[in-house]
Amino acid sequence: MALLEVKNLDVTLATSRGPARAVRNLSFDLDRGQTLGIVGESGCGKSMTALALLGLLPENGVTTGSISLGGQDLLALDEDAMCGVRGNRISMIFQEPMTSLNPLHTIGRQVTEPMLIHQGMTRDEARAEAVRLLERVGIASARQRLDNYPHQLSGGQRQRVMIAMALSCKPDVLIADEPTTALDVTIQGQILDLIADLVSESGMALILISHDLGVIAETVDRVLVMYGGAGVETGPTASLFQHLAHPYTQGLFAAVPKLGSGGKGKSRTRLSTIPGLVPELADLPPGCTFADRCDLADDKCAGTMPTVHDVANDAGHRVACLKPDDAKSRMATSEAGA
Amino acid sequence: MSVFLAKRFLTFVATLLGASIVVFLVLEILPGDPSMTLLGADADEEAYAALRLKLGLDEPAVLRYFDWMWGMMQGDFGISYAYSVPVMELVWGAMALTVPLAIFAMLITIVVALGLGVFAASRHNKPGDYVVMAFSQLGIAVPNFWFGILLILFFAVNLGWFKAGGFVQWEDGVWLAVKSLFLPAIALATVQAAILARTTRSAVLETFREDYVRTARAKGLTRSQTLWRHVLRNALIPVITVMGLQFANLLAGTIVIESVFSLPGLGKLVFQGIANRDMPVVKDIVLLLAGMVIVVNFVVDVTYAVIDPRLKVHDV
Ligand SMILES: Nc1ncnc2c1ncn2[C@@H]1O[C@H](COP(=O)(O)OP(=O)(O)OP(=O)(O)O)[C@@H](O)[C@H]1O
Ligand SMILES: [Mg+2]
Repeated sequence: MALLEVKNLDVTLATSRGPARAVRNLSFDLDRGQTLGIVGESGCGKSMTALALLGLLPENGVTTGSISLGGQDLLALDEDAMCGVRGNRISMIFQEPMTSLNPLHTIGRQVTEPMLIHQGMTRDEARAEAVRLLERVGIASARQRLDNYPHQLSGGQRQRVMIAMALSCKPDVLIADEPTTALDVTIQGQILDLIADLVSESGMALILISHDLGVIAETVDRVLVMYGGAGVETGPTASLFQHLAHPYTQGLFAAVPKLGSGGKGKSRTRLSTIPGLVPELADLPPGCTFADRCDLADDKCAGTMPTVHDVANDAGHRVACLKPDDAKSRMATSEAGA
Repeated sequence: MSVFLAKRFLTFVATLLGASIVVFLVLEILPGDPSMTLLGADADEEAYAALRLKLGLDEPAVLRYFDWMWGMMQGDFGISYAYSVPVMELVWGAMALTVPLAIFAMLITIVVALGLGVFAASRHNKPGDYVVMAFSQLGIAVPNFWFGILLILFFAVNLGWFKAGGFVQWEDGVWLAVKSLFLPAIALATVQAAILARTTRSAVLETFREDYVRTARAKGLTRSQTLWRHVLRNALIPVITVMGLQFANLLAGTIVIESVFSLPGLGKLVFQGIANRDMPVVKDIVLLLAGMVIVVNFVVDVTYAVIDPRLKVHDV
C-alpha cells in the first residue's frame, strides 16, 4: 500500500450559483521518496486538491472520497486529530512568500512553532533545531536571523524560511503549491534545487504544483495533468512528455515553448494556444470537462464520463479520454511534421 | 528614540499652539459680553466699563492672547470671572472626577468591545454573531444621555442599587467614589463599546483571511491557537486607531453625561463656563481637553510601533 492514497476525491464548493465541483473524481497515489507534479491552467483545482489533503478547504467546501496516509483515512479524522497531521505529517509551502509569514512574529518564533506544538520540544531545543534548519535551507547567519522579522528578509529568503518551517517536523508528505511563481527567475532555480535535494535526502514524498512545465520536467518523477477539477492524464514524466496522450495535454504543451524532453534540440515557440476560455466550474459538462474546448470532441464527450486507457506500454501512464486513438494519431502527424 | 521623542514633543507643542489660537478666536467671535453676564442686564454703563477695565477686556485681542499664553507657560491659569478663584483650583477639582470617569468608561469599552467583537468573529454568521451585531446596532442608535436617564430610572430609582447622581469625593472612600461613577461610565461606554465591537469583529474576520493565518493553520495550530497567536495582535492595529478617536468622543460625551448625573466634573465646569461667559475657565479647559486628546494620539502612535515591527519608531 502506498504512503498516500487519494481515491475518488471530490471537492464541492457552495457558491451563489449553486454547488461547484472544484475537484472531481481525482485519484492518485504516492510513495515515500516519490515526487508528483500537478499541472494545469489557473483555476483547475490544483490548490483545492492540496488544501483538501490538509483539511483546510474554505468554509463553503465539502470533501468526499478517501485520502489515506499510511493506512489512516484522513477524512475520518476529527479537527483535533487533523491538527496533529498538519505541519507534522503533511506540510505545505505556499505561493506567496511575501504574505505567508506573520509580519509581527520573529522568524525564530515562526520556525519553532511546529516543533513546539507537535514534538513537545523545549524552546531552547526548538531554537537550536531552527538554526540547523535555516542553515540547511541556505540562510546565512541563521542564528541572528531568528530574531529578524519577515520584512527584513528578501522574497527568496522568506521562501527558504517557509521551507525550513515546513520541514521542521520531518513530514511524510511535502506539498509545494507554486513555490517559485512569485520569485525572481534566478532565485526560482535555486529554490527548486533546494526542494529536490531536501526531498531526496529525507525520503519524504513531494507534491509539486505548478503551471510551469519546465519546473515540472526538471523536478518530478510523475505528472498529473488536471483540467476542470478532473485528472485527465497521469504518468511518469518522461513518458507523459513523450506521448502527450490527452488532447488537453497536447494543447497545454503546444501553448508553451517545447521543453528539452526527447532531445529534439530545436525548441518550438508558441505554436498554438488552446482555443476558448476556462469555463466557470458550475458550467462544466457532466462528462469530459474538456469537451467544450476540445477539437476532437464529438457529441458524446460532454455527456459521458471519459474512459481510462493505458498509454503505450508504460506502467502507470493513463489517460482519461473517449478518443485516445484520435489524439494519438494527431500526435503522430504533428511529430512527423515537426 | 530620543529623536523620535523630540520630534513628537515639537509636534505636541505646535498642535497645542494651533488649538489655543482656534479656541481663542472662537471665544472672541462668540456673542455675549462677560461684564454684562456678571453684572446682570440692568447695571449702569459705568459699572460695565469699570469691570471691563478690571478684567482687561478693553485691551486688543492679540495682547490678551499673549497674556493668556504667557500666564499658562508660567503655570498661571488665570482667575475665574464667575467664582473669583484661580481656574487651576476649579480645574484640578473637576479633573479628579472627569479623568477617572473617562478612563473607567474607556476600560469598560475596551473589555466589552474586545470580548464581544472576538466572540462575534469566532461565531461568524452563526446565531451568536447575529445577537452581538443586533445589540451593537442598538447600542449605536441609543443616545447616551437618554440611556443615562434609563440607567438612573432602573438601577437607582427602581432597584436602588446606586445613587441617582452626584459624586462621592475620593477622600470619602475610593469604593464609594468608583460606585458613583459606575452608571455614568456605563452610559458613556455603551455607544463606544458598540462601535468598537464592530471594528474588532471585522478586523478579526479580515485578519483570518490573511495568508499567514492559512500558514499557521497548515502548521497544525487549532483555530483558537491561531486566533490567540496570529490573529488578535494583527487585528489590534485598526482597533487601536478607533480607540484613539473614541477617547476624544468620550471626553466630549462627559459634558452631557455629567449634566445628566449632576457630576461636578470638567464637562459641567465648561458647560457652566460657557453659560456664564467665564472665558478663562472655558479657554483653559478646552485647551486642556485638546492637550489630553493629543497625548492619547501620541500613546496610540507609540502603541503601533510597539505592536508592529515594520514601523520603526522614527517613522511614526
Ligand atoms: N472560496 C471559494 N468559493 C468558491 N469557489 C472557489 C473558492 N476558492 C476557489 N474557488 C474556485 O475553485 C476553483 C479551483 O481553484 P484553485 O485555487 O484550486 O485553482 P488552481 O488550480 O490552484 O489555480 P491557480 O493556478 O490560479 O492557483 C477555481 O475555479 C476557483 O474559482
Ligand atoms: Mg492555486
